[in-house]
Amino acid sequence: MTAMKKIALGLIGAASAAVITSAALAETLTVYTAVEAEDLKKYAAEFNKQNPDIKIKWVRDSTGVVTAKLLAEKDNPQADVVWGLAATSLMKLKAEGMLEPYAPAGVEKLEGSFVDSSNPPSWTGMDAWVAAVCVNTVEAEAKGLPIPSSWKDLTKPVYKGHVAMPNPASSGTGFLDVSSWLQMFGEEGGWKFMDELHQNIAWYTHSGSKPCKQAASGEVPIGVSFAFRGAKSKAKGAPLEIVVPTEGVGWDMEATAIVKGTKKLEAAQKLVDFTVTKEANEMYNKGYAVVAYPGVAKPVEHFPENLSAAMINNDFEWAAVNRDKILAEWKNRYDSKSEPK
Amino acid sequence: MADTAFSGKSVPIKPKLSNDDWIMRGAMILIGLVLIIAIILPLYAMLSKSFEDSDGNFIGLANYVEYFSTPALFQSIYNSLSISVIATIVVLVTSFLYAYALTRTCIPFKKFFRLVAMIPLLTPSLLSGISLVYWFGNQGVAKELLFGESIYGPIGIVFGSSYWVFPHALMIVITALSIADSRLYEAADALRTSKIRTFFTVTLPGAKYGLISAGFVVFTLVFTDFGVPKVIGGNYNMLATDIYKQVIGQLNFQMGAVVSVVLLAPALLAFVLDRIVQKKQVALLSAKAVPLVPKPDAKRDMFFLGFCTLVAAVIIGMIGMAQYAALVKFWPYDLSLSLNNYNFDVMDGGGWDSFYNSIELGLWSATIGTVVIFFGAYLVQKGRGFEKGRGLFQAIAIIPLAVPGMVLGLAYIFFFNNPDNPLNFIYGTMIILVVVTITHFYTVSHLTAVTALQQMDNEFEAVSASLKAPFYKTFTRVTVPVCSPAILDISIYLFMNAMTTVSAVVFLYSSDTSLASIAVLNMDDAGDIAPAAAMAMMIAYTCLGARILHALLSRGIMKKTAAWRGR
Amino acid sequence: MADKEKYLRIQNVVKKFGDFTALKDVSLEIEEGEFICFLGPSGCGKTTLLRAIAGLDIQTSGQVFQAGRDISALPPSERDFGIVFQSYALFPNMTVSKNVAYGLENQKLEKSQIEKRVRELLETVGLPEQGEKYPAQLSGGQQQRVALARAIATSPGLLLLDEPLSALDARVRVHLRHEIKELQRRLGVTTIMVTHDQEEALTMADRIVVMNDGVIEQIGTPIDVYRKPECAFVADFVGHMNFMNGQVVESDRIQIGSQQLAAKTNGHKPGQAVQVAFRPEDLVAVEDGDMNNAISVNLKDIEFLGSFFRADLTGGDLGQSTINADFSINLSRRVNLEKGRELKIRVPADHIRLFPMEG
Repeated sequence: MTAMKKIALGLIGAASAAVITSAALAETLTVYTAVEAEDLKKYAAEFNKQNPDIKIKWVRDSTGVVTAKLLAEKDNPQADVVWGLAATSLMKLKAEGMLEPYAPAGVEKLEGSFVDSSNPPSWTGMDAWVAAVCVNTVEAEAKGLPIPSSWKDLTKPVYKGHVAMPNPASSGTGFLDVSSWLQMFGEEGGWKFMDELHQNIAWYTHSGSKPCKQAASGEVPIGVSFAFRGAKSKAKGAPLEIVVPTEGVGWDMEATAIVKGTKKLEAAQKLVDFTVTKEANEMYNKGYAVVAYPGVAKPVEHFPENLSAAMINNDFEWAAVNRDKILAEWKNRYDSKSEPK
Repeated sequence: MADTAFSGKSVPIKPKLSNDDWIMRGAMILIGLVLIIAIILPLYAMLSKSFEDSDGNFIGLANYVEYFSTPALFQSIYNSLSISVIATIVVLVTSFLYAYALTRTCIPFKKFFRLVAMIPLLTPSLLSGISLVYWFGNQGVAKELLFGESIYGPIGIVFGSSYWVFPHALMIVITALSIADSRLYEAADALRTSKIRTFFTVTLPGAKYGLISAGFVVFTLVFTDFGVPKVIGGNYNMLATDIYKQVIGQLNFQMGAVVSVVLLAPALLAFVLDRIVQKKQVALLSAKAVPLVPKPDAKRDMFFLGFCTLVAAVIIGMIGMAQYAALVKFWPYDLSLSLNNYNFDVMDGGGWDSFYNSIELGLWSATIGTVVIFFGAYLVQKGRGFEKGRGLFQAIAIIPLAVPGMVLGLAYIFFFNNPDNPLNFIYGTMIILVVVTITHFYTVSHLTAVTALQQMDNEFEAVSASLKAPFYKTFTRVTVPVCSPAILDISIYLFMNAMTTVSAVVFLYSSDTSLASIAVLNMDDAGDIAPAAAMAMMIAYTCLGARILHALLSRGIMKKTAAWRGR
Repeated sequence: MADKEKYLRIQNVVKKFGDFTALKDVSLEIEEGEFICFLGPSGCGKTTLLRAIAGLDIQTSGQVFQAGRDISALPPSERDFGIVFQSYALFPNMTVSKNVAYGLENQKLEKSQIEKRVRELLETVGLPEQGEKYPAQLSGGQQQRVALARAIATSPGLLLLDEPLSALDARVRVHLRHEIKELQRRLGVTTIMVTHDQEEALTMADRIVVMNDGVIEQIGTPIDVYRKPECAFVADFVGHMNFMNGQVVESDRIQIGSQQLAAKTNGHKPGQAVQVAFRPEDLVAVEDGDMNNAISVNLKDIEFLGSFFRADLTGGDLGQSTINADFSINLSRRVNLEKGRELKIRVPADHIRLFPMEG
């Protein structure tokens, strides 16, 4: 019996040791993000220049996954801060009462439309990330496809099987596309457009950047994605043309918020304070043409020039409120696209 | 009263337990409890989740009703079933011919063919999908071979699935064909039976149970695999990808639980049927057979050499393409070679850390898992009395085989991420990954240990007790050395599976504990398919290295112990 | 002396495996230093009884006393015995010396003492040079000697042998059974051996316990068991026995076939139907015409078995029944043993045993 006792004591000891170690790392913030992986190190480094005592532990995944994770952990939040997640997702979290309202120092300097309208705000925007269409010029020529110039162009029969787009249920980009079409074309027109587009879709991808990367490698000639991704692939030498459809493009904000229930509120506030600074916005500007801090934005290489003008007047509230409904309808219509034509 | 049926003087005896008995039972109950926590309770949590709405209210079968009335989801059942059936037929035929060539013909290079056939075990199933993209995708080098059909969809899934489950089936079929009794063939010869007739009346029936068993294994693996359809499935929905979509993509945990239950059902059924068949087989094989030595036959050997070469070429082509693509700078526009794709740190998926995490997971799973599993099997197999407890333990130890990895992973979320669970602290850590990996691969390891222990003389424990040696002395000084080959087999099995598994861990990793196999998935998800191939190949080389180390260790042990193993 | 506690006392032992009762109220007493054989067909419960005595499979009810100590419920490790199995159960990864030393090590003896004792033991079992070999390098007979040495190494009060010779070649078996017996006599250790081989039991045991179907059928010296089987089962199982249906005619006469014979009827009443049993080797071919207690038969077939002939006899007084008779080589030189010949056979009255009809 003594042996069993020893084993039991050992187990308890191991368990409490684990608890103690996690307590010792009090100055580590768990930050959930959907920011592109290649940018995370840079973001953390910039933050640590000003706050060397706070370490960032990134949890990175695509928008849908991060949102799902946060919702799943509602009763037992693992994250302290969300830095770089679609504003529509944060609105949903806000509605679930999962965000800690906080007005970061200097928030007043930001563009009004980039800040949650509640006071104090539950989230603050960082930058806008804008839909665009990546077209592989080599493949388009080889297949005799004209370069499309509008969304409606993509529904032409000539593009049948040549378009990839993200699944809006898992991808933030996919959702902003769908919600923008519904806003631009109206509910009925939007669905009619998607019905027609669906005929041409080769596949729906899990992530928002994949269609553009696939277009870059010619796996599909045309990928509905976002401008930032296209610019990056182009910079790497992909034969891409980034098309900004003439009807206008959907966009979403990447935004920041503190998760309610965090045990490291002070450190979390410091981080969020940093995310609204001019320095942070200059950092966002490396990839995003439109950022929350007025006057910071400089042109981004390979970025389509007319992009800001094409951004639609996006109704985030509407998109967030109707997210579930839109996705359900979308799944109903297109998710059953199981048999390849 | 039956007890007093005899003289009435017979005093009922309550056996006194020795210290050994206490310790062994205590240890077995402890491991049993761990197993219950690791498999039964999570499954229960998942099952109950499938009857709840998102706020945790009990809503009966409403989720199931919703599921079965969603045509897209319902279609997945049909897709999963048909793909699994087709892949099962393809793999059974291929593996039978291949195994036949290795066991019943006189082709050269048998050892080489056998080794090549094991290659798919070195990588996650995702790799076959990635390779297929490079071979037959829209920019694939051999897409013309498909005559305009798309690799994205059923063709790709069947091809990719067949590739990675091939060695699993092959091992079983080889075993089945190896135990043939040459006397049956001599008898058939003596009766002037034609070769074809001998094949259908002797060979096939002899391998019947092996083939059935292989069929169930293939069916279950394909049915529950998620890697291949994820990469190459296009818009062709399967149950396993549905769970992923429901849970990862759409935050619908309840529906994920429902799909899990739907996925679990056929897997369980196949499992039960297989066990029934296995039981029959034992009775058939008890007689001692004279091993069959094949005789040369030029025409037949030629055919089978050609066949094996073809299959081996396909396997090497699959893995070779993955390695080539990983080194290409920018497929298909710049085919110059570079190591850019190995710069994992700027990609999704956790970077190089995820690779080191995988190795860490592999080592933990291999060491802890081997110790726990082997010791557990020992207690079940060699304990004294306590039949009910041992039987129950044995039954629980078999369950993980029937539970698909994704189902287990999802069940772990429900169970361990509950803040009321005192074990909640392991959620998001390496511990939970080790636990889920060991649990997922428990049964095969357990059965390996049991087989090795059964081959040991059952009276060692009795002799030791009569010599007043405590059980742990005999365990460490006799049982472990004698079973060391099996112990090594278990550890390499756990290590390789820890390196390659995706399904068991895909819901459970955190940013600190991202794994190489998950990185493959995520990089592919993000469109970074070449880096995904590169990471998959890193896994392959690691597994290969482990395999070689294992072979050297085994050979060393065999050499050192040759004197007493009597060979 | 009668009051003296026997070394091993088994009292009303019952062992059940689920619905199956393997031992049905078995009682038995064994003297110190005795060599006992449990003999019976497979499934008779002999091994079950041995394992109950060892504590390996403890009985459902009933008691076992060893040297006055109630060991009924004790685990094997708290009992005092050495054991040898049919499979030898030698630890394959240890040398012969290590195997023999295994039990000694647990007695906290000094290393030199252990080595000395191991040497002695190996000498005792005739393997003084084999200490550094592994079991797999030895023959079956040698392995079993090592197992024996290991079992007696700690000088246990009781030596249990579970079919120790069954796995060995016939020649080795005969040789080793002699040696085991010799060793047992020298050590004076109380020994129980389980066997299904009657020859082994007859040659080795001081007393044989014949078991069948979970009960003890007879306990007695080899000669008693062979000569005076107390029931048809023992008569049939030990040695070769002719059985015929017959009837008691008078207090000292019975009838088989068409012939009446003198026999001890001990207790069976006139008119009672009985089984009449006599051994083939007790039958005597009548050469001098003395027809006292003789029957006339036909020689149906004859089989050469090396040291004697076994004849199938039928017809004549036997009618349809067939019996065996063993004829010596010597006899065959004197008497014509041609097939189909008529023979006169004497059945000595002393050697006829009667058993009640079955069922």
